[in-house]
Amino acid sequence: MTGDKTAANGHEPHTGGLRVKRGLAEMLKGGVIMDVVTAEQAKIAEDAGAVAVMALERVPSDIRRDGGVARMSDVSLIKEIIAAVTIPVMAKARIGHFVEAQVLQSLGVDYIDESEVLTPADEEHHIDKWQFDVPFVCGARDLGEALRRIGEGAAMIRTKGEAGTGNVVEAVRHMRAVQGGIRRIASMRPEELMAEAKHLGAPFDLIQEIHRTGKLPVVNFSAGGIATPADAALMMQLGCDGNFVGSGIFKSTDPEAYAKAIVAATTFYDKPEVIAEVSAGLGKAMPGLDVASMPAGELLATRGW
Amino acid sequence: MTILRVGVLALQGDVREHLSALRGCGAEASTVRTPAELESVDALVLPGGESTTMSRLLQVFGLEMPLRERLAAGMPTLSTCAGLILMSREVLDGRPDQIALGILDVSVRRNGYGRQVESFEADVPVSLLGIAPFRAVFIRAPLIEHAGPESEVVATFGGNPVAVIQGPHVGLCFHPEMTDDSRLHQLFVERAAAALEVSAA
Repeated sequence: MTGDKTAANGHEPHTGGLRVKRGLAEMLKGGVIMDVVTAEQAKIAEDAGAVAVMALERVPSDIRRDGGVARMSDVSLIKEIIAAVTIPVMAKARIGHFVEAQVLQSLGVDYIDESEVLTPADEEHHIDKWQFDVPFVCGARDLGEALRRIGEGAAMIRTKGEAGTGNVVEAVRHMRAVQGGIRRIASMRPEELMAEAKHLGAPFDLIQEIHRTGKLPVVNFSAGGIATPADAALMMQLGCDGNFVGSGIFKSTDPEAYAKAIVAATTFYDKPEVIAEVSAGLGKAMPGLDVASMPAGELLATRGW
Repeated sequence: MTILRVGVLALQGDVREHLSALRGCGAEASTVRTPAELESVDALVLPGGESTTMSRLLQVFGLEMPLRERLAAGMPTLSTCAGLILMSREVLDGRPDQIALGILDVSVRRNGYGRQVESFEADVPVSLLGIAPFRAVFIRAPLIEHAGPESEVVATFGGNPVAVIQGPHVGLCFHPEMTDDSRLHQLFVERAAAALEVSAA
């Protein structure tokens, strides 16, 4: 893969290579990554069994409500959250804003989300993620977008869904698009792969790799609209490796209970009796939005190129 | 002789990689999330992941006590990274409520090698594996600050133990499942089979 800094061999410790970047995402599999806006929320998330937290100033539903330009979170807030928990801390940079990413790396965050939830800083180019030692996760709506991000150095993918809506429909659409794209490539004859690379706008070597392995080369989580334990389990049964939950936890009436229930439903995603048990008496989920009736200008998932 | 049946604790973490490595060694491998599934295996892998998450799920879903009973009865284990933390006698910088199963005679410091930007890989010689070093991948790895007399240190890095063996147990700070080198899984399968007097493959 182009740009990988993984050394072949050596007794000296080698940091920032592809294997440790992708590897951290492998360790998060089967887990839930929760959006938090304060150190107290971060502790609630950790207590509930989150595998990592995403440090934010506002959850997506509030970003959506407030409008204006959404930027990287306040540095002091990120430092407080890093100090508050022992699990990995992620933070968001604007699409294409490589200086926000440099700042986040210097703070010691464990993963950077180059995220469409923030207002893009560049409407043509994403960050050259190979330049960083910290790994990146990026959003994708389909396989072509996922592979373009991996080609730029993303070490983890999350399907975008539509953040801040509490509506799982877009998360489902995007997960099916990625999984279906993989199945399609796996069933192709070798001479069909270049046309598929052209069609998807994706690097040819990654298309060849998927043809050979039948899977994405990095971990793929689901995101954007997961609001209930059943939503989380649905995404797992559709083939994701784990879940990002944003507004779904701290915009519910009982965040602690929701957090614990969504963690359990992600682990026991194929056991309906467990999902039923943890869903009982949870209180109200976050309020939902009908994505189909939203004006195109309010959709976050269409950001990213 | 029956074939060794190995479970991989599948509450969270890099379960798939362990299943694949174990099957490559000829063992029967399956996931373990319930007491019944734990009952059906001869040996257990505690994988990489988040030790706090696994610890909480072990407690909430009634797996902690059956696991402690199986360990007390001598079930062999391979533990990597977060799994090593769970298996240790003492956890430093952990959460106060986190489980230390107390089987491996080691004291570990969570994230003792630093945050993700300090995660690294390096060639580490492992006694018992011959001359070729093992390409060891350390991801937000626990640091073994002290290995007690019951555990045998079989690899060190930078002056600290990174691999220990204790009876039927193998405990590692790093992730052999992240590489194609199956020698440590093979070692575990052979030792487990010998301890239980079943066939490794």
